[in-house]
Amino acid sequence: MSKNNIERISGRAPDELRNVSIKAGVIKNADGSALIEFGKNKIMAAVFGPKEVHPKHMMVSDRAIIKCRYHMMPFSTDTRKRPNISRREIEISKVIREALQPAIIMEDYPRTAIEIYIEILQSDGGSRCAAINAASTALADAGINMRDLVAACAAGKVNGQVVLDVDDTEDKTGEADMPIALLPNTGLITLFQLDGNLSKEEFDKALELGKTGCDKLYKLQRDALSEKYFNDKNGNKEE
Amino acid sequence: MKTNSVERKYVMPGDVVIEGDHNPLANVIKSGNKIISTKIGMAEISYNGVRVMPLSGTYIPRMDDVVIGKVADMNGFAWEVDINSWFFGILTGSAVFGRQFSSSRDSMKSAFNKGECLIAKILSFDRTRDPLISVSGPGLGKIKEGEITYITSSKIPRVIGKKGAMIKLIEENTGCRMTIGQNGAILLKGTDEARTKARNAIELIGNQAHISDLNDKVISLISK
Repeated sequence: MSKNNIERISGRAPDELRNVSIKAGVIKNADGSALIEFGKNKIMAAVFGPKEVHPKHMMVSDRAIIKCRYHMMPFSTDTRKRPNISRREIEISKVIREALQPAIIMEDYPRTAIEIYIEILQSDGGSRCAAINAASTALADAGINMRDLVAACAAGKVNGQVVLDVDDTEDKTGEADMPIALLPNTGLITLFQLDGNLSKEEFDKALELGKTGCDKLYKLQRDALSEKYFNDKNGNKEE
Repeated sequence: MKTNSVERKYVMPGDVVIEGDHNPLANVIKSGNKIISTKIGMAEISYNGVRVMPLSGTYIPRMDDVVIGKVADMNGFAWEVDINSWFFGILTGSAVFGRQFSSSRDSMKSAFNKGECLIAKILSFDRTRDPLISVSGPGLGKIKEGEITYITSSKIPRVIGKKGAMIKLIEENTGCRMTIGQNGAILLKGTDEARTKARNAIELIGNQAHISDLNDKVISLISK
């Protein structure tokens, strides 16, 4: 991108991500886990299962069910957040579950539940995307059969400019925020939300930008997993 | 890409293991003419087909597997045994006392109590019903002494080694007797020192199961 773009508050280029680091296998008691630091976001995801379904009537006889809980710690925001699960958290739990569901081969685990717990330790905008990245890494770490990993990233429009990875201040001052999650190998989109207004051209541009962001996160997820399992950081494909 | 000999490579969920007409064996799905891995592990492409040896994941019971479990619960007719899987293994009273088993005559507690460990065999499992297990057979039954250590169940083949080479290596060099459960539980019998050495060796295998010169590493660890 050229230099005559309008400066972003964080000083990033329009197509630049915040600093991201992912670590797999951080919680001993969980079957799979991951910690992601996405700018100022700090998110921990833990996966349990497949395990028995409680309550029993939720059991499905030919596939697994997925339970997902997205929860923000009381100290994760500027002002203390009440620890109860809020409407917003219930909604985000649902969209994250639906973003991950297409990747999991649920038919392989009939009559079981796969539980995904996501705790936001520190939040800074775009936490649902960061949470999806962490959760998908944790699912792979737990050894659950998956068609693909799930990578997520937001694009948006701030000060009339289409940008990648909208952070908290940009989200509040900007015109649009568009979180995207996709299966990187097939390109199928599993989460798509748009908050704000975009013209047709801006929309196409934002979608393209969001996809490149997802590709970058996919590589980081692979690095995290290969660091844990193959003791090397070079998890990217040779091609 | 070569297809005739056994070829190995590291894969992750979603990775294309190989393209073309191959037989999907385990932990892979076929999509078009691509074979796609569904787990983190080592892909093996051989004559028969393509399989991925997973490096993580819970144990899936299979018929005739020998497993080591712990009695989690019991009622008048059966014991529920924690076999490290997502369902409890069911050990029925009649599998222990014989066909004439009657819950009023036989005392369940005389055979197994809550918290006791046992070596058992999976009789049947088909994912629609809980696995049935049995303790009748040579080497099966209650565990009276020893120590149980755990490893990811998919790494059990590495602990056993080619035709039992790795077990033999550990047993001969440490003096510790090992009984291996396919569910990832390993029973160690021997002196404190022997058990510690064997436990460390198993831990090493657990951490570095994907490395090819595992035998040498285990030898150097034990002989330290």
